[in-house]
Amino acid sequence: MVQNADPKPLLEIKDLAITFSTPDGPVNAVRNANLTVMPGETVAIVGESGSGKSTTALAAIGLLPGNGEVSAGQILFDGEDISKASEKRFVELRGNHIGMVPQDPMSNLNPVWKIGFQVKETLKANGLAGNNPKQRVAQVLSDAGLPDAATRANQYPHEFSGGMRQRALIAIGLACRPRLLIADEPTSALDVTVQQQILDHLDTMTSELGTAVLLITHDLGLAAERAEKVIVMYKGQVVESGPALELLRNPQHPYTKRLINSAPSLAAQRGDKHELAVDQVAAQKTEPLLKISNLTKVFDIRRGFGRKDKFTAVDKVSFEIPKGTTTAVVGESGSGKSTIAQMVLNLLDATSGDIVFDGQAIGKLSERDLFKYRRRVQPIFQDPYGSLDPMYSIFRTIEEPLRIHGIGNQASREKKVKELLDQVSMPASTMHRFPNELSGGQRQRIAIARALALKPEMIVCDEAVSALDVLVQAQVLELLDELQRELGLTYLFITHDLAVVREIADNVCVMEHGQMVEQGTVDEIFENAKSDYTRNLLAAIPGASLI
Amino acid sequence: MLSFTFKRFLQLIPVFFGATLLVYFLVFATPGDPITALSGGKPMTPAVEASLRAQYNLDQPFWIQYGLYLKNLVTLDLGMSFSGQEVRDLLIRAFPVTARLAVMALAIEAVFGILFGVIAGMRKGKWFDSTVLFASLIVIAVPTFVLGFVLQYVVGVELGWAKPTVSGGATWGELILPATVLGLVSLAYVLRLTRTSIIENKQADYVRTATAKGLSRGRVVNVHILRNSLIPVVTFLGADLGSLMGGAIVTEGIFNVPGVGSLLFSAIRKGEIPTVVAVVGVLVVVFVLANLIVDMLYALLDPRIRYA
Repeated sequence: MVQNADPKPLLEIKDLAITFSTPDGPVNAVRNANLTVMPGETVAIVGESGSGKSTTALAAIGLLPGNGEVSAGQILFDGEDISKASEKRFVELRGNHIGMVPQDPMSNLNPVWKIGFQVKETLKANGLAGNNPKQRVAQVLSDAGLPDAATRANQYPHEFSGGMRQRALIAIGLACRPRLLIADEPTSALDVTVQQQILDHLDTMTSELGTAVLLITHDLGLAAERAEKVIVMYKGQVVESGPALELLRNPQHPYTKRLINSAPSLAAQRGDKHELAVDQVAAQKTEPLLKISNLTKVFDIRRGFGRKDKFTAVDKVSFEIPKGTTTAVVGESGSGKSTIAQMVLNLLDATSGDIVFDGQAIGKLSERDLFKYRRRVQPIFQDPYGSLDPMYSIFRTIEEPLRIHGIGNQASREKKVKELLDQVSMPASTMHRFPNELSGGQRQRIAIARALALKPEMIVCDEAVSALDVLVQAQVLELLDELQRELGLTYLFITHDLAVVREIADNVCVMEHGQMVEQGTVDEIFENAKSDYTRNLLAAIPGASLI
Repeated sequence: MLSFTFKRFLQLIPVFFGATLLVYFLVFATPGDPITALSGGKPMTPAVEASLRAQYNLDQPFWIQYGLYLKNLVTLDLGMSFSGQEVRDLLIRAFPVTARLAVMALAIEAVFGILFGVIAGMRKGKWFDSTVLFASLIVIAVPTFVLGFVLQYVVGVELGWAKPTVSGGATWGELILPATVLGLVSLAYVLRLTRTSIIENKQADYVRTATAKGLSRGRVVNVHILRNSLIPVVTFLGADLGSLMGGAIVTEGIFNVPGVGSLLFSAIRKGEIPTVVAVVGVLVVVFVLANLIVDMLYALLDPRIRYA
């Protein structure tokens, strides 16, 4: 905050409108947007996907896609209107005046060039490579918190983990000491603990350098925790803005209120749901539906020349799921939680240990019994874009399991599909549409309807809500909750998001490096976590300490 | 990488024997008698016929014939053609011509295909893009022999820019026209492949990030779009070298090029097993080697690919 004395704003967006030309005519992505970023200040823009938050930020660095343009208003950077600036002017500004840290670390580094090369060309383009560029590159990378930077600079992006790649991207964004950094969802693709480290580091660096940050995020909790000022965007318009904590505690606009109520990191536990769950736990305690004991999965990793390494993804894990309850398995990526889900679904064979479902060990089932088992246990996967066949109509998607299992005839199946669509609050007319015509939340509802088609007793949700916006996420979680109450379903809920766990689960298992670190009821875990690992995970939930 | 290359070289052995055996059998089983063909249908005395059969081992059963062929192969004796020339000498004369033709065709298709493809991809939907897309479609649709005769007539005869036929020496200059005809269809494919690849890559997130770093437009295109886009194109070009070598029969026929294509065509018609097998054998080796080079180039261009 070195330059706070300077009263002149660094970035001032006035009445900005951005229009995209599409085959169906112009679309106004942003209307009447106003915001101000003072030197050294952190300002967050919050909103769901499609709210125009990224578009606004990209306009400020001249990176709108080819069919988009600023149709009205001004973008003043240090007093200069850059809303209509030439490409040449933007090349001068980018890097050393305005930097960017993009969203997805997996796709934002060029896979064919070494990390060091990609940092070096940034320095060179802005005339900051100096006479020993190699050393400078290592310095920049280690400033961004990358250990062993000189060696790491010689590696390719695919040799880096997600967190390391994001550090490299932060290094690139800040390499030329820009006065404004646009951070577009810089950590939403990362685990909470990594997210926290990276954001802490970004905070330290930007305050040391006096860099102003325009932080784009869908997570209100994160925005409130990291920014001094928060701007809420909805359908292309700024609906509310103000100092972070004030806005969070005293929201004025109905959309902001909804956003705060549905943000899992901020919302309190749902009382009614919890009580019911406790009743169920008490009633069913004697009879677990799924019992996992000493479950282990070892993968062989090929090393070439016939050599193999063993990798233990799941190491002697045991837990039980009582009928009609929800057990969440949480952990960071690579903790083995999805491997457990796949073994429960019998998509992977266990190396050792038992999975007993309703008294039957599923590892020993015959082809025919396995077919019957699949009818009783159904999955919902993370990515509703990838898990629905784009060539299948919604009707065919939901009807397929019924057909495969030979249930009913044409007429009764059609009736059943209509019922299922009704159950997930989708109109019956959706039947004739295709997945690409639906939004992410709608697709996930279809995936749930498909899972319900066979009247399963247990549903395995593998990160079922992680890809959804908070409001949609809240709706889907509510739907799952209702269905559990109506149909007495049992859920195995795999997630990396502890905030979601608090809303949906009765019992929690915490995994780290393939091992079970801790298990207990939601209350036990959230109020009295025993292991450091769990406490770290809890502390890393953005905004957890704010309310 | 080293063990991968070694393994691939080992694979050459069964591929070579398999291919020669198959070709040997196919020519052996082709209807028609080579000796009758040799004499041009004129009657000859049984004694002459028998001695000719013995000379080319044609009186032996298939396995013995093939075995004898392999035995001679070890000493690099590829046998004799019916006209009494060493097959080895025929190959030594024909291969350099075809190789020159194929390399020129490859150069033409690579340079112009990539150049036009890049420009079209960067200016998607503009007039240049539409024009080359349409032109490439025509080239792909029209058969090579039509294209060859038309170009031979227009460029060679009417305009007189190039010699319409090739002399025995087959110099680089004489081969420009046939090489263009030979490479034209692949050029159209290279162009379209490059264009698609550029369009896809130019929307990649890392290209936007590269722009956000403050790089100039030229550098973004050359360093970040081009290299990534060339990966599939190089694969295609490498595999195409093999087919250019073997697939020049029509083009060589039109322009009277004394290359492998003409040699193979006349040998097949005469049922001259040693020549056919030798030519195909060498082509198979060229094909496998070209594919090996492609795989190695692939790893060079894309660091994510590592062979074990």
